[in-house]
Amino acid sequence: MNVLQAWLDQPGVTIVLVGTLVGVAASLLGTFLVLRRESMLSDAISHSVLLGIVVVYLLTGTLDTPLHVVGAALAGLATVWLTDVLVRSRRVKSDAAIGLVFPALFAVAVLLINLYARDVHLDTDAVLLGEIAFAWLDVVRVGALEVARSLVTMLVVTLVNLAFVVLLYKELKLATFDPQLAAALGLRPALLGYALLGLVSVSAVGAFDAVGAILFVAFVIVPPTAAYLLTDRLWRMLTLGCLIAVGSSLGGYAFARAYDVSIGGAMASATGVFLLLALLLGKHGVLARAWRRRSPTAPPFAELGAEGRP
Amino acid sequence: MELFALLGDFTVRTVAIGAALVGVVAGALGSFALLRQQSLLGDALSHAALPGVCLGFLLAGSRQLEPILAGALVSGALAALLVMVLTRATRVKTDAALGVSLSLFFAVGTVLLTYVQRHQGAAQAGLDAFLFGQAAALVPRDLTVIGIVAAVSLCIVLLGWKELKVTTFDADFARSLGRPVVAIEFVLTVLIAVAVVIGLQLVGVILMVALVIAPAAAARQWATRLEGMVLLAALFGALSGVTGALISASVRGLATGPLIVLVASALVLVSLLVAPERGLLWQLAHATTQRRSLRAHRVLVDLYRLGQAHDDPSYPSEQGMLDAYFGGRTGHVLRRLQRRGLVERVEHMPEEGAHWVLTEGGREQARELLVPFGTREHDGGGLA
Amino acid sequence: MTTMAQVTNATGMHEPSYALHVEDLTASYSGSAVLWDVDLNVPPGVLAAIVGPNGAGKSTLLKCVIGAVRPAAGHVYVFGRPYRRQRHRVAYVPQRTSVDWDFPTTALDVVTMGLYGRLGWLRQPRRRETDEALEALAMVGMDAYGERQISQLSGGQQQRVFLARALVQDADLYLMDEPFAGVDATTERAIVELLKDLRGRGKTVVAVHHDLQTVSTYFDWLALLNVRLIAQGPVREVYTAEHLRAAYGPRVVLLNAGAEQPGSAAAAPAAVDAGERRAPPLD
Repeated sequence: MNVLQAWLDQPGVTIVLVGTLVGVAASLLGTFLVLRRESMLSDAISHSVLLGIVVVYLLTGTLDTPLHVVGAALAGLATVWLTDVLVRSRRVKSDAAIGLVFPALFAVAVLLINLYARDVHLDTDAVLLGEIAFAWLDVVRVGALEVARSLVTMLVVTLVNLAFVVLLYKELKLATFDPQLAAALGLRPALLGYALLGLVSVSAVGAFDAVGAILFVAFVIVPPTAAYLLTDRLWRMLTLGCLIAVGSSLGGYAFARAYDVSIGGAMASATGVFLLLALLLGKHGVLARAWRRRSPTAPPFAELGAEGRP
Repeated sequence: MELFALLGDFTVRTVAIGAALVGVVAGALGSFALLRQQSLLGDALSHAALPGVCLGFLLAGSRQLEPILAGALVSGALAALLVMVLTRATRVKTDAALGVSLSLFFAVGTVLLTYVQRHQGAAQAGLDAFLFGQAAALVPRDLTVIGIVAAVSLCIVLLGWKELKVTTFDADFARSLGRPVVAIEFVLTVLIAVAVVIGLQLVGVILMVALVIAPAAAARQWATRLEGMVLLAALFGALSGVTGALISASVRGLATGPLIVLVASALVLVSLLVAPERGLLWQLAHATTQRRSLRAHRVLVDLYRLGQAHDDPSYPSEQGMLDAYFGGRTGHVLRRLQRRGLVERVEHMPEEGAHWVLTEGGREQARELLVPFGTREHDGGGLA
Repeated sequence: MTTMAQVTNATGMHEPSYALHVEDLTASYSGSAVLWDVDLNVPPGVLAAIVGPNGAGKSTLLKCVIGAVRPAAGHVYVFGRPYRRQRHRVAYVPQRTSVDWDFPTTALDVVTMGLYGRLGWLRQPRRRETDEALEALAMVGMDAYGERQISQLSGGQQQRVFLARALVQDADLYLMDEPFAGVDATTERAIVELLKDLRGRGKTVVAVHHDLQTVSTYFDWLALLNVRLIAQGPVREVYTAEHLRAAYGPRVVLLNAGAEQPGSAAAAPAAVDAGERRAPPLD
């Protein structure tokens, strides 16, 4: 136990562990978001959950309540629902709908802070950028151990996401690939979609303390996209996404320490390195594509694939 | 108006003019982004500006608008390039490409921001303004820069109007006309980046996307032609900018950027509801009328078929029976048809309840509804 | 004429003698009708084609059956019961373009998806499911392609994977949306063989079809649709000049008169006229 405690007491260990958990939690869900072509919803959600947090703060007068998770989840789902309503009105396209809804909610949140929460430590800076460097300062007791609060939070969030993806793997896969068949088989794809985005909201809140809203978005979208360029199997895409997230946390932390810059930012930037590698060298990267174009013996993927698209 | 009296104040006037300029450019160019279904490109471009802002600051060594704008423009263009490579050269879809570009550039931006903060000491004051916008930091010199940039980009739009229009509407067709579509798309993207970048100081990286999309989305509801849409979007943009700036000046402590965004959002909401033709309220009224006439037709046909089934064109059908065939209440439908003289209510003793027959006009209309396809009834078809 | 008293018998079944029974179906998009008062009765054991011009509501009809589109009025019964209670007896083959073929998955996996309904929530497919899926792939001549990523298949092969997915569901009623759209000649022959095989095993197939030329060779039962139902019944009785004109408009070129390129010749004028008779005239 003492060895473990000593290990956990090192700030670097906590920081890397939190970063890793944020990355894994995010890219598990992100894989499905990317495949559903809803990546940008994670951006929208991660901004508008601020409104949920502010409203819960104004109602309860404290920042220290688990109700924030509920508020944030509701704000996230409200974003998705409002976007849905706009799209279904057929007056704006889905991309514009996203871009209309979340700035409005975010603006309301900022103004509410301006009006009612001036003196509180709820600055928009912290929410958007986070500060993982201080993650180890705020500790809670778990059994005999003193563990960073955000480590505990992210561990729970990651386990919930993992359970969601593993247990409902086949349902998520079908609802993503062919929602119509999923509906015809009675697998409630719409409900699954909301569950997925609800978990994205909850994860976003959990990740706030650590990396902030926008860097969370990087972990949601970039590792799965890099993995998408590397493989043709869904489960491999999930695994590779998680591995890339872990690698980015480690690499980013080392870089941030070396140059004394934002740790969260460096971790998120590191996902970009993996993406560039995948973009160049991946099975579906630009070099592989150029090679296939030139070599007549390889199966003409592109040509055959193109036929199948609308 | 009391609000506009505030314009007498020098600082307020500066902010209001700046907001109006930004609104005009963002609205006009946002129209193209919206129509090309690239609304979120504005989001990606504004986030991607952050590393450019920091680099511009690092290179110039001071917080001057020109190098910062230039840096933002360059990093915005690079982000757009990344989106293009991902979507054109790989199977990555647009949404993911935008998300990748947005979050990666922003991440690099935060790294640079902290670098500036920790290595350049206090000189960084003012960079944060670009993240959330800080209208008060706007000085008259900035206004000149913004004004010139705005004028130049609007001139480019005017000069290239025809090309921008055809490329936005149908890029393949434009290509068939021999237009350099890729170049035009690139110019358009850079112009949108310009619109985003000049607004950063006022509205901030996070909310700038709204100023690109909202005025255009509102204008889209009213306008039927691109010319009208762009002009109206520019007007809406300016209106949001000025109104937001003035409200911010009159209520202590309210940030300008979010207010501008909320005014623009309100314009969208109002436009969505009441714009002629496209407005949801009009549409609702129209759909109700349509549904009514659909119901009326079904009841007419049901009555007609009941008459046929009994070999008596003026067979009086009981209302309850009609309800059952129709699958719902028919009373109000029948009363409306009665007012139009298509059905008549008859007392059919000794049975209780209302009975209805088709008038000559009603029979004719029912026949019209059936005739193009023949009145042939299919096996098991008919009324059941 | 059926009277209301006969409609529901003691067992709670409604017209159980039909594989698919559609009653007074009306569907609309924002007020204007895409399907109007459609009554359709498909007896069991037939290969039925739903034919009509573009915008006639053919796909919408199938989507109403599986509940993907909610009708404005009317009812649908599958073997005498609402679809909701007969889900396991129905297999639906969507248009090939309705899914993203870049999705990271294999042909075998797509076929296995047909078994997800039977598996129910939470349970993952095992050996037995994989074997069934392989068997279905073999039936469409695609067993060698099981491990291929689906974007590496040709259009015809993709269509066959979709058919295998329906086969594995072991349904009694197969609903297919344009199964012949954009497939190669080999696949077209394979699909026809498959349809005949299904009929031989007593299954019912209802397919949206757009090629007037092949209707009478591929199918034995026909429903002509243009927002309203024009005619339905055995192909021999329904496939007449009069009915086709009613569905496609007076300018339709008649195919059985020996035109060289009947498909295109028929389709063109039909498409022109389609717009004229979409919805009943609304005032």
